[in-house]
Amino acid sequence: MELHTIQTAIVAALIVVGSAFLLVGTIGLLRLPDVYNRMHATSKATTLGAASIFLAGFVHFDAQAEGLSSLVGIVFLFVTAPTGAHMISRSARKMGVEFGLGEQWPSRSADDGTSEDADTE
Amino acid sequence: MTVASETSVLFDWIVTGGLLVSAFVTLLSAYRVIRGPTVPDRVVALDVISTNVVAIAVLFAIQSDKGALVEVGLVLAIIGFISTVAVARYVIEGDIIE
Repeated sequence: MELHTIQTAIVAALIVVGSAFLLVGTIGLLRLPDVYNRMHATSKATTLGAASIFLAGFVHFDAQAEGLSSLVGIVFLFVTAPTGAHMISRSARKMGVEFGLGEQWPSRSADDGTSEDADTE
Repeated sequence: MTVASETSVLFDWIVTGGLLVSAFVTLLSAYRVIRGPTVPDRVVALDVISTNVVAIAVLFAIQSDKGALVEVGLVLAIIGFISTVAVARYVIEGDIIE
């Protein structure tokens, strides 16, 4: 088996894995009950899917200019996707978006005593 | 038909299938943008769409064998992140840059 065939097989496998992760993330986005669960599904699965496809680009374009910018894209996705999800969930909580299945945020007055430090957000 | 050409035909099918799956998934995410009960739902769905478009750009770079299109995906990822943060600030504070 020559080297080019191995490279093609690796790229194909990474594309299949990435597409599967994108599909799973979108099913989570459509089916889960509230915004926090949807973010939990998408921010991880979509990041892994796009990173896997970036990795396929890195393997396909060799370690030259375009391949290295694919690696930069992976690092950028892994830095920014959790930051964006954190910003959205923080603003959702400040807007007062409720949980879908009736759960509550842990209230600060319920656990009385030693709750002085819990007030600082 | 040699082994190499068969492999290349299969590879083209796999890349096209990946493009189709990514495009279909992006179309499905639009349901959550239109329907989503609250504003953060729509922001999450738009974030997913921008990440999917990045994946589509890289897949198209692989399919057409033009490496410069990877940079398009990189720029789209940056724009998606900035717009997500901007909207997330806008919905709670009313302005983005004070």
